[in-house]
Amino acid sequence: MRINCPTCGERDRREFYYGGAALARPAEDAGPQAWDAYLHLRDNPAGRAREWWFHESGCSAWLLVERNSVTHEVYGVALADGGRS
Amino acid sequence: MVELIAKSAAAGLLPRQIGRVSLSEAVFRPITGISPYAGMVAQAAAAVTAAHGVGLPGPNRLVSGKGAEVLWVGRNRWLLIGPEPDPRLTETAALSDQSDAWVSVLISGADAAAVLARLTPLDLRDRGFAIGTSARSELFHMPAIIARTGAVEWRVMCFRSMARTLVKDLSVAAQSVAARAAL
Amino acid sequence: MRLATGGLIDRGDAVSFRFDGHSYTGFRGDTLASALLANGLKVVARSFKYHRPRGVFSAGSEEPNALVTLGRGPGAEPNARATMVELREGLEARAQNCWPSVTWDLMEVNDLFAPLLGAGFYYKTFMWPRAFWDKLYEPLIRQAAGLGALSVTANPDRYEKAYAHCDLLVVGAGPAGLMAALVAGEAGADVILADEDARPGGRLNSERLQVGGQPGADWAATVLARLEALPNVRVMRRTSVTGVYDQGTFGALERVGQHLDTRAPDLPLECFWRIAAKQVVLASGALERSVAFAGNDRPGVMLAGALRSYLNRYAVAPGRRVTVFGNSDDAHRTAADLLAAGVHVAALIDARPEARCDLEVPFYPGAVVSQVKGRMGVEAVRVKTASGTQAIVSDCLAVSGGWNPNVHLSCHLNGRPVWDAALAAFVPAPDAVPGLIPAGAAAGVMSTAGCLADGARAAGVALAALGRKVPDLALPEAEDAPYRIRPLWVVPGRGRAWLDLQNDVTVKDVQGAAQENFRSVEHMKRYTTQGMSPDQGKTSNIGALAVLADATGRGIAETGTTTYRPPYTPVAIAAMGAGAQGAGFAPERFTSSHAASLERGAPMIEAGLWYRPSYFPAKGEATWRQACDREIGWVRNAVGLCDVTTLGKIDIQGPDAGALLDFVYTNTFSTLKPGRVRYGVMLREDGFVMDDGTTACLAPGHYLMTTTTAAAGPVMRHLEFATQVLRPELDVQITSVTEQWAQFAVAGPKSRALLSEVLESPLDPAEWPFMACGAVRVGGVAARLFRISFSGEEAYEIAVPARFGDSLFRALVARAEALGGGAYGMEALNVLRLEKGLLTHAELHGRTTSFDLGLSGMMAKKKDFIGRAAAARPGLLAGDRERLVGLRPRGPVQQLTAGAFLFAPEAPATRAHAEGYTTSVGFSPTLGHSIALGFLKSGPERQGETVRLVDHLRGIEVLCEVCAPCFYDPDGGRMRG
Repeated sequence: MRINCPTCGERDRREFYYGGAALARPAEDAGPQAWDAYLHLRDNPAGRAREWWFHESGCSAWLLVERNSVTHEVYGVALADGGRS
Repeated sequence: MVELIAKSAAAGLLPRQIGRVSLSEAVFRPITGISPYAGMVAQAAAAVTAAHGVGLPGPNRLVSGKGAEVLWVGRNRWLLIGPEPDPRLTETAALSDQSDAWVSVLISGADAAAVLARLTPLDLRDRGFAIGTSARSELFHMPAIIARTGAVEWRVMCFRSMARTLVKDLSVAAQSVAARAAL
Repeated sequence: MRLATGGLIDRGDAVSFRFDGHSYTGFRGDTLASALLANGLKVVARSFKYHRPRGVFSAGSEEPNALVTLGRGPGAEPNARATMVELREGLEARAQNCWPSVTWDLMEVNDLFAPLLGAGFYYKTFMWPRAFWDKLYEPLIRQAAGLGALSVTANPDRYEKAYAHCDLLVVGAGPAGLMAALVAGEAGADVILADEDARPGGRLNSERLQVGGQPGADWAATVLARLEALPNVRVMRRTSVTGVYDQGTFGALERVGQHLDTRAPDLPLECFWRIAAKQVVLASGALERSVAFAGNDRPGVMLAGALRSYLNRYAVAPGRRVTVFGNSDDAHRTAADLLAAGVHVAALIDARPEARCDLEVPFYPGAVVSQVKGRMGVEAVRVKTASGTQAIVSDCLAVSGGWNPNVHLSCHLNGRPVWDAALAAFVPAPDAVPGLIPAGAAAGVMSTAGCLADGARAAGVALAALGRKVPDLALPEAEDAPYRIRPLWVVPGRGRAWLDLQNDVTVKDVQGAAQENFRSVEHMKRYTTQGMSPDQGKTSNIGALAVLADATGRGIAETGTTTYRPPYTPVAIAAMGAGAQGAGFAPERFTSSHAASLERGAPMIEAGLWYRPSYFPAKGEATWRQACDREIGWVRNAVGLCDVTTLGKIDIQGPDAGALLDFVYTNTFSTLKPGRVRYGVMLREDGFVMDDGTTACLAPGHYLMTTTTAAAGPVMRHLEFATQVLRPELDVQITSVTEQWAQFAVAGPKSRALLSEVLESPLDPAEWPFMACGAVRVGGVAARLFRISFSGEEAYEIAVPARFGDSLFRALVARAEALGGGAYGMEALNVLRLEKGLLTHAELHGRTTSFDLGLSGMMAKKKDFIGRAAAARPGLLAGDRERLVGLRPRGPVQQLTAGAFLFAPEAPATRAHAEGYTTSVGFSPTLGHSIALGFLKSGPERQGETVRLVDHLRGIEVLCEVCAPCFYDPDGGRMRG
């Protein structure tokens, strides 16, 4: 598997650390159900998935990777912080 | 009072000549991490250029000038190698002394790229990795900064504590390449 | 039998080798298989299940029969295919699956019991009596099962892994692959041409064909020379592309050293390549298939294309009177090659009634072979024609049931091949792998001219995708005969007709699977074992599924194939694990004091990737405990010295540095003043403790965070997530500086005295209260000093740039010894912190909360922090949770162990009654007894109670008193000085 890092270019998957489903962190007071969903409930989609990947051995950027969990096609890779630094 | 004696990261391990590759430790020079504060990359680059004659290069690049080299090492991170950093740099960027954090090994010779191809998943071909390219990646199982410093010369920087493993991994790869070359 | 002339072998270079203990001679350019045939050996192996005598069946990597063991001793390699082993001087091979010898094998008795041993026999035969399974049946079956045997000793051979990158990977160097590589190479693309053969060229090396006006093999050699002269083309011989992975990643196995007469010790035996390619031309050719008829497994029966390989490439006639049987024009080509080589053709049997023959051989159109006679080799072939049957005396039978495009690699990403009725074969599905273009015979193109043109076409497609111009290259002239086939899978009749020679699966076995309702091809495979083992059914899969299709009344397309998975051909684990032999693959991390510690005889223990001294032995001490007790005494009474470099150190700077710390720690750091240090606890978002450590404020907006040794990497990743994903608006820069500093703990009542000796200015206690930090100078070097304590004594940690670490450590040890102390190791460090009830990852094991650890007070009320919401869940704050306690033995048994369970004194020691467990134990020389930390239900409320510690593994039971976790100086007076 290869991921096209927006900063470094296309790199081998061993440079990356998988960070799980890309979900928005609930507000502090969002309530137990929202927090439970954030922490524990996952959709496990067969198809398009949004995931966090960390380019740990590369530029150290957290990346938002959209890919297909069935075909493994990568639709897009974006910097998690939107490019600000 | 005590007298402190500096010891380099690969002291006693290098240099080595294996086949058509020579391994040597790059001499010690101050290394400073530069991380510009939010929205200050341009100002920090200008400050580095004003003080040291070279700016902050883009991703996967290094620039060198008179006695100073700056290499990109990741998201909003650069290393200044050579001079003591100008104190005014702190106005635009967070600085960190990393002079002792790295072991730097030069790999030179006709088979240098072949040796590295045993250890790093980077595409080292001329087209994508010309002289002046510096990328972060892995060297076998170690985090590494791999720079091309000449047609057949490369510099690998790994964590200081991993110096012995770095020399071992490079040596084993070089032995294999040398044995193939002898066929 | 070796022919007098011809072949691509070097007759001037005779090579001697041994097979099954006997010496033979062959020529350079032979494979072990061709050399065995040249020496007249018919039986070279025994089959897996029935131990039937078997001969060489193919001439390539698909070989099902001729598996041999190479070499002896630790480096012996089982299951080598004799058809792929290049002959070398001194080669030693042994036949497998036979005893005492391949020609006289006692296990052949299995063949007599064949009626009892059909597919699935073990599911039925070994059912009763039930008790016999463990003791008798399974051991017996295990003894008999398995192909080849490992030496079960460490493999001394060197293996290698490597990466390669290219624009275009061409898999296979037959006419299509060569042409594709040539076109792409001339276009300037970076090309890797990989071929599993030592001599690339594919069928061109095995046929008597002209290409571009010269013999095909010569044309192939010319093109190869041209390709190798191009700087942008890499030809990889002896390299099998074994797997297709995502985004253009390929696995390939290169045989580097096995074929050499002598091998330098540093030369790898094999290299496992990871190739990244933007485009791929799959020119993997086609594999010939057989026809199922009675006795079609006898030595001397071989694929017709293989027979032509032996004739034309190796100048070997596998028989003197050869019968040829087929269902396409290939049979005629085989007969013609035999005649050209001067070998007698006993008969040419063509299943097609309409076939014509222009060769001077006995010709039987519309006929089939119904049976082969002979046990240790073909003696006669029974032909069935419209008018009856007759026996033809022969010693070899060449069979062709047609050609299967080699679709394997096109299916590794879930693609399913498509049935082509005209070819009577599966072809790759379009776009089965992104960027992969099947070409030539792999795509169902069966003529040489067609393959050359298709290779060029495929290269054009790849070049267009790469944005390159297609050069104008003329195609060489070559034969362009049509491929006319009449599908033929099985010749009905009496006697066992074989499909899978490697697994001894017959037509009847597959039909039996269908009868047992194993109708899916995947179920049939598991029931019969057809298509398993090293060859993965390369010569039998399509035939078997044709039989299954017939038995289940479905079409072949509808029945479908089993799943093709990597590797295409076997890959040794040693190749994939190259670089991990011996010490292993993980980097080893050493501190600057490593050499000095070794000089003092310290045994090292691993802490993550780091090596740290366990203890520093002294003269007269017999056990580690004595050293540990002595070192603890130094710290408690004088001064001890310990390298703590391995703890993670993260530099945090920026206007929002305090805000980030407040967000990642449970307690508040934005209020920490410069020159001060604070202990912090970090949670995961699910509310459990992730790590702890101290953070120092070096200057306004500038902090230095310390992590535990093991968590340095994960904490850095966590901070990056916090700053990039959760709070990208924060203006804060984080940098790991773990490797920059060598840091030493100086602990004990005399620590200040020691430091005052080495620092450029003495320590003023008023300026250095507990939890102070600041810049100091030592030996002319700028250093950092932190007054923190992990031992409960007055203690400091001093950090210098790592290049001075060795020197400073030696100086500190010397002065500590002069003050009646010295260096201490991990054992002492652990007991010291245990006496104080301080935490390590034994307690922060991922399932404990701040509440469990008695650290609830550190959870700030007025700020959001990672883990706050989840940590407030009622279940994580229940008083009866297992919570941190100290334990001391109360009773005659004094030994405590970690990992033991805690029970009420009278309760049974079973899981349901467990009330907690121990995490850390040690003998406290300070207190004179063992102490432990553990977690106990409602623990803090049960101080003074007695619990029973039970270590089921070690058989230890101890009555313990529950006490506070801190055993020593609970008020901290010593620490604060």
